[in-house]
Amino acid sequence: MRFLVCVKQVPESNDLKIDPNINKVLKKGVSTIINFFDQFALEEAIKIRKEGDEIIAISMGDSETKSTLMRCLALGADKGILLNDENFLESDTFGTSNILAAAIKKIGDYDIIFCGNSTLDTGSGQVGPEIAEILDLPQATYTESIENVEIGKIKIKVQTDEGYSIIESMLPLVIAGIPPSYYQPNIPPLPKIIAAQKKPFEVWNAEDIKGDKSKFGSAGSLIKIIKLYKPPKREQGIVITDEPKAAIEKLMELLNKDKVI
Amino acid sequence: MADNKDIWVFIEFKKDSIRGVSFEILGKAKELAKKSNEKVCVVLLGSNVSKFCEDFSYHGIDRIYLCEDLILGEYLTETFSSILINLIKEYMPSILLFPATKLGRDLAPRIAAALETGLTADCIELDIQDGNLVQTRTVYGGNYLADIICPNNRPQMATVRPNVMERSEALEKNQPEIINVPIDIEPNQLKTKVTEKIETTVIDIKPIDEADVIVSGGRGIGSKENFKIINELAEVLNAAVGASRAAVDAGWISKSCQVGQSGTVVCPNIYIACGISGTTQHLVGMKSSKKIIAINKDPNAPIFEVCDYGIVGDYKVIVPLLTEALKEKLSQY
Repeated sequence: MRFLVCVKQVPESNDLKIDPNINKVLKKGVSTIINFFDQFALEEAIKIRKEGDEIIAISMGDSETKSTLMRCLALGADKGILLNDENFLESDTFGTSNILAAAIKKIGDYDIIFCGNSTLDTGSGQVGPEIAEILDLPQATYTESIENVEIGKIKIKVQTDEGYSIIESMLPLVIAGIPPSYYQPNIPPLPKIIAAQKKPFEVWNAEDIKGDKSKFGSAGSLIKIIKLYKPPKREQGIVITDEPKAAIEKLMELLNKDKVI
Repeated sequence: MADNKDIWVFIEFKKDSIRGVSFEILGKAKELAKKSNEKVCVVLLGSNVSKFCEDFSYHGIDRIYLCEDLILGEYLTETFSSILINLIKEYMPSILLFPATKLGRDLAPRIAAALETGLTADCIELDIQDGNLVQTRTVYGGNYLADIICPNNRPQMATVRPNVMERSEALEKNQPEIINVPIDIEPNQLKTKVTEKIETTVIDIKPIDEADVIVSGGRGIGSKENFKIINELAEVLNAAVGASRAAVDAGWISKSCQVGQSGTVVCPNIYIACGISGTTQHLVGMKSSKKIIAINKDPNAPIFEVCDYGIVGDYKVIVPLLTEALKEKLSQY
């Protein structure tokens, strides 16, 4: 089987500066990491792989994004594909989904497309289902675990608003939202980082993936940010350091006064 | 695009009742409709939902799109999305609102992609300016707010966070027009099926996403048994029990209770954090709560920077005292 994993490179910290005139964050010089939800999805693909299966990590981004794909290769992906083109810049989720879907079509043969639950930066969690719709595939979001995979068929446990459901689906399908398998994302060991250098890595541009360019990048984006701003600051709270009984009395007084209870 | 009109609210059900967030979105939809002089419509999909038409006749709604069929008793992305896509193409609403629940966040992007229109996730405010729906959401881990519009495509779609909007008030009864939506689904053509359901929320866990009050425990709680102290406070307040990721990863409490970036983002009226230091990923999930009470033994814990009230001390001593004090206070009502 062939598993495709869509990954995104995101700022390491969300404590970013913005340019209020253009309503954009300033990304220059900001250190980046792999979106760790995507790494969890990759780890799940590695967990279910059997001999002869192939894992391809795909990412849309600038040339720096190669480092995120190299990390995926070091973690166990077999091949990395970077989608890089000026036409891809300023994509919203719909633009991004169209670009990824076009690349996936070019790959042609696949069984499962993995996406992280959402991203750490903008976090809309929409790309997985949008890719599924564009490629006319079934989807499973909020995936908790993969129970069973065989040729053409999969059994998945997903989180629902009431608890969990077990879903059976035909393959191929899009899986989004594998929860963290470990408390911290794994860091690949040095020998694997070195070995990753020898694995196949390709860069595809808009010509390579064909598709409808009017649906890529800023041309294909449907939403527009008209204002980006700091949320109103919370007022400084009151922290009580008295001994327990007096502290509770003080807290109850405050809650009363502020009509919280 | 010019022909699109009316504001639609997709109604979500919980077991055999209407999910509270649906009325919250409806409240906002009515406010927007007044501004733009449009109709408010609700969309009901399910196996036994026609009985809810009565509930909606007290909310000043103009029209109900009703699609009732046994096959819709179980939510499947493919059945719900195909019905909605056809319905939207036929009646062309201007605005389409979903709850930002797991179901809403699964369904809405699928529809937006099919209709090639914009979608904004997890909105906390909606307004109409110059004919566009202005959708506000948090980005970059809650460090910024973004006002977003979808200028050239219709419908304008958004998912809306529970607990951030005022519920629609019941009014005098009216007679909304009911449109019966035909269903054209071939069961043996479906690619997915639900084979089992495990409903944790009806057994023992009060869901956190729509709770008014949440009492949460973190790494500082120390063990599964100690969560009893948290549960007791929650019981007095009729609150849901939440947890930080550390407590969930330690196996002390169910994943469905996890508050934070990799769990659920919550916005209750009161959030009580016990033994939670306040990692960024947790703060993102709860810092828009209306009132935050924090109890932690480390005076430098980041949770104290976002709380309204904090007590520095051992939760094992503080929380039972608080439980007692609140029990006494609430018994006076």
